[in-house]
Amino acid sequence: MSPGSAQRRRPGLTAWLLLAPLLLWLLAFVVAPAAILILYSFAERDELGRVAFGFSLENFQRVADPTYLAVFGRSVGYAALTTVICAVLGYPVAWCIARASEKWRHRLLLLVMIPFWTSFLIRTYAWITILKSEGLLNGLLLWLHAIAAPLELLYTPAAVIVGLVYAYLPFMILPIYGSAEKLDPALLEAAHDLGCGPWRAFVRVVVPLTLPGFYAGVLMVFVPAIGMFAITDLMGGARVPMIGNVIQDQFVGQARDKPFGAALALVFMLLFVAVYWLLQRRAERKLA
Amino acid sequence: MNVKPPAVELRQVTKRFGAVVAVEELSLTVQAGEFLTLLGPSGCGKTTLLRLIAGFEAPDTGTVWLGGVDVTTLPPHRRDVNQVFQSYALFPHLNVRDNIAFGLRMQRRPAAEIASRVAEVIGLVALAGCEDRKPQQLSGGQRQRVALARALAPRPAILLLDEPLSALDARLRQTMQIELKRLQRQVGTTFVLVTHDQEEALTVSDRIALVNRGRIEQLGTTQEIYHQPATPFAAEFIGQANLFEVELFRRGDGMAWLRFGGGFEVGVATGAWPENVARRRVSIRPEKIHLSKTRLPGTGAFEAKVVEEVFKGAHNRFTIETAGGLRLTVLAANESALREAIHAGDRVWCAVHADDVVVLGETRNGRGQPP
Repeated sequence: MSPGSAQRRRPGLTAWLLLAPLLLWLLAFVVAPAAILILYSFAERDELGRVAFGFSLENFQRVADPTYLAVFGRSVGYAALTTVICAVLGYPVAWCIARASEKWRHRLLLLVMIPFWTSFLIRTYAWITILKSEGLLNGLLLWLHAIAAPLELLYTPAAVIVGLVYAYLPFMILPIYGSAEKLDPALLEAAHDLGCGPWRAFVRVVVPLTLPGFYAGVLMVFVPAIGMFAITDLMGGARVPMIGNVIQDQFVGQARDKPFGAALALVFMLLFVAVYWLLQRRAERKLA
Repeated sequence: MNVKPPAVELRQVTKRFGAVVAVEELSLTVQAGEFLTLLGPSGCGKTTLLRLIAGFEAPDTGTVWLGGVDVTTLPPHRRDVNQVFQSYALFPHLNVRDNIAFGLRMQRRPAAEIASRVAEVIGLVALAGCEDRKPQQLSGGQRQRVALARALAPRPAILLLDEPLSALDARLRQTMQIELKRLQRQVGTTFVLVTHDQEEALTVSDRIALVNRGRIEQLGTTQEIYHQPATPFAAEFIGQANLFEVELFRRGDGMAWLRFGGGFEVGVATGAWPENVARRRVSIRPEKIHLSKTRLPGTGAFEAKVVEEVFKGAHNRFTIETAGGLRLTVLAANESALREAIHAGDRVWCAVHADDVVVLGETRNGRGQPP
């Protein structure tokens, strides 16, 4: 083997120096937290709620408890419903933006992104103002004589779904838009030319060709929606706890069981990875 | 008697894009079963014409008729017309078979019929063996065939082709031109092709509509378009042409005698020169001028000097100059005797047949002549 190829095999000092920022970043924000989480998940809680390191599988056994499985099931259900609603609302919106003239495309994209300029909490409080008993929506309905007494809108599962959809809709629209914008308009014309009405052209050509964007959108909505705790807290009134609330409770809430919280977090993180992997594989197979 | 209605009829169609008039007061009839080419420079409105027929654009004024039915307001998917797109626009998520079956599936034909029709069309365009490949796995020529097959599969009354061969290399393009012509004869469908390539238009078409600035400059068979160009634009756009302004000198013996700037005279049939017109432009094709080293008899002959000689393989191209300083291009078949005979600097005798001097009209739209 020539000395040249041997040198190429082992990265030199310069290469390590150039890689250092990335490696440090990964170490600090991916490896270290994951390691702490794993360490905690096998630990135990002492009487004072402190972490006693050791090796115990008890936390994982507790994760399998029907109570938590129910909470997890509910979280998945809410996240799935949120994802479906976001997809149904987001696909047409993304498609229309992608098909708009360049001038309008920029304006409409700006409208999608404007909510990000305001703090997430403030936007959630705004929804509370709209939905509460003496809120704007009830006020409007009363004024229109559509209802006789205020409806209970806030602190219901529906309110949680509204909050989740509102928070995550842009994350569905943007990746689908990214895919749709790249679609050759001639393909759509070809579909129309071969006898597709607008709806069939959308289903037979637009959807299959924007699937990568759609899968990205599903991931960006479904995964964070499962773990969301702020919206369920504020708009669900803690009446419908999600897995995010339970985990939060273990770390900073009254339960104070960090090892158990770590085990919960770890199990669900692995579940997300599995979902991601499945979606990724499907997307790759579709495009192959 | 049951007369078959024309496949396509555009009646007084105008289409504007903002301030740009793409098509202006244009009428065109395409007969059922013919191969008609819309030929013109880029930006002349020929692609817009195709899109008006397909239904991708709606005319501002005027009507579009297909097979005797007014389809002006019908969307593309309700017109019995299929198009071969310039970029082919094959569906990247479908294989060759599914691309070709797409139109038939949209018509909800039975599966067995779809399968047999797809197989038939694949045979027609010689694509057997590629059925399961995706468009990305095909060569340019193969993609072109898939696009053709996909458009032909649902048996449309009219097939539209938008510069279908422009992405292919020169050799493949020539092969495909012949094949396109053969295919059209075989299936008998009305073909309307758009191109800016005059050679392609001459090769494939029954008739050519020469489009210039949103109007039809001339419509005729390939022979008519080549041999009797109606305007200077037509003469220059198709083939090469020597264009001159000439003066009517005298009429007599059934001939109108024209005096060229170079001091020589050529006669044309008296009917070819309009009454009460003193000056007109005429066109003489370079291959219609015959050169000889010996003095030619007859009244149409004139003397000139060869100033340039270019060897072009199958033929030689000469530039000659008359005594009056008029320069003409002459193409001569490359016979060995001739090659030895005429060289730059020689004095030669030239002869033009009366029928080969074409008296031109003005450019149709009256907006001046092309540069």
